[in-house]
Amino acid sequence: MSSPRKLKLNVLRYDPRKEGDEPRMVTYELDEAPSMTIFIALNEIRRKQDSSLKFDFVCRAGICGSCGMVINGRPDLACRTLTSQFEDGEITLLPLPAFELIGDLSVDTGKFMRAMSERVESWIHDEEAERRELTVLEEPMDPDTADRIYELDRCIECGCCISACGTARMRPAFLGAAGFMRVARFEADPRDKRTAEGWYDLLGDDDGIFGCMSLMGCEDHCPKDLPHQNRIAYMRRKLVQSR
Amino acid sequence: MLRVPRGCCLQQEHIMSKVVDGEMPRLLRDEVKKSRWPARLDLAQSFSGLALGLFMWTHLILVSSILISKDAMMKLTYFMEASFLKPEEPGGYPLLVSATAIAVFLLFIAHAGLAMRKFPATWKQHRVFRAQMAMMKHSDTNQWYTQVVTGFIMFFLGSVHLYIMASQPDNIGPYASADRMWSGHMWPLYLVLLFAVELHGAIGMYRLAIKWGVFDGDDPRRTRRRLKTVKTLITVFFLALGLASFAAYVKIGIEHAPHAGERYQLGSEP
Repeated sequence: MSSPRKLKLNVLRYDPRKEGDEPRMVTYELDEAPSMTIFIALNEIRRKQDSSLKFDFVCRAGICGSCGMVINGRPDLACRTLTSQFEDGEITLLPLPAFELIGDLSVDTGKFMRAMSERVESWIHDEEAERRELTVLEEPMDPDTADRIYELDRCIECGCCISACGTARMRPAFLGAAGFMRVARFEADPRDKRTAEGWYDLLGDDDGIFGCMSLMGCEDHCPKDLPHQNRIAYMRRKLVQSR
Repeated sequence: MLRVPRGCCLQQEHIMSKVVDGEMPRLLRDEVKKSRWPARLDLAQSFSGLALGLFMWTHLILVSSILISKDAMMKLTYFMEASFLKPEEPGGYPLLVSATAIAVFLLFIAHAGLAMRKFPATWKQHRVFRAQMAMMKHSDTNQWYTQVVTGFIMFFLGSVHLYIMASQPDNIGPYASADRMWSGHMWPLYLVLLFAVELHGAIGMYRLAIKWGVFDGDDPRRTRRRLKTVKTLITVFFLALGLASFAAYVKIGIEHAPHAGERYQLGSEP
């Protein structure tokens, strides 16, 4: 049996809370295993070489959105990226930009996503809801509508779209694709009674939909393949027509 | 329900005093209701870009008539000057060229002003965007920067050309245009302008289609792949046509240099 390939992982190390610490690239070498992901490789390094290495994970299956990082220049999920796709075996890992750095590869996407959620008022708006009789069953939803909402609700808030967006990087107040996708999800929901004018109040400026420069970083780097391009264009058309 | 936009600095008391004073409609329009201007400006930027892009492609096709013959270019010039309204003598109304150049100039200034809003405004923004480009190596992100650079170049070079066209509308023709390029030393400006216009225009048209989703259809991703191919083909076609026309004018300009200023007469081509 041939010996396993040697992987070389260049990882940005920096702890902003540690006084005097400076950002630096540290190279780790390890043997590649079959079907190894970046996430597995990082765990190997932490277990065998450096227990102080910081990175986030929960589900290991591309569902929780915790392990987003920049892998050879592309924002992506560590748990869904196979090491075998890098021919020369050299992989550079950076924390996702545009988010607060916790340390090394770990960033605080939660604070950003919470603020985004509040900004777009990420809940069903229906003035009748409070007067509704709770013992009566909800109206059934048309399956196609439910499918459409489900499709748009698949966002795992990993932050890859924000880090891949030149506009969001340049202008931190810009809402970003995760926010537009959240809006698209509620806009598709017939239970949400917000009108085009209501959406305009939330999104109708250069920090919102009209600030998007269609750089398509979100579309090309979303690990869940969400239809960013199409939904952003749709919202732009809708809001331009609103009175 | 009245919604006060986030970040609105109005005090509630102030609003109430306005309500009491009966000024609410004006206040609503001016301060409380979210401005419609961001939507209008975004739309205006897109429409002005679309109009300028279509104009530039048409312009280059007309200019390239020199590749057919000097007579073809001269006839087309007269036609564009509405010579059909003046059949008794050669030539038309060069004033129409001035009017067109002024209209395009105004549209050009408007588009530049609208597009400038998106430029990096500070050194930090510029540095962050360049770092993003270096990190991602993502074609659509890089092409936006190409548009910023070519747009900036056009501020200056495009203005020079448009001013000349508006102020000297009768200086168009196989010899007049070629003399301007060679004996008038304008060829470096036109060469740079050709690349700036064709790159900026084709990328801009592609981005317009993506931005508004006009051709999305059932499969927006497939549409985008096709639009990218079309954009590349259009860029190559117009650059090739532009360079061939440029070479033709320079060649005529060099040959005609001893008689610079002399006008071309229809039918005098050997």
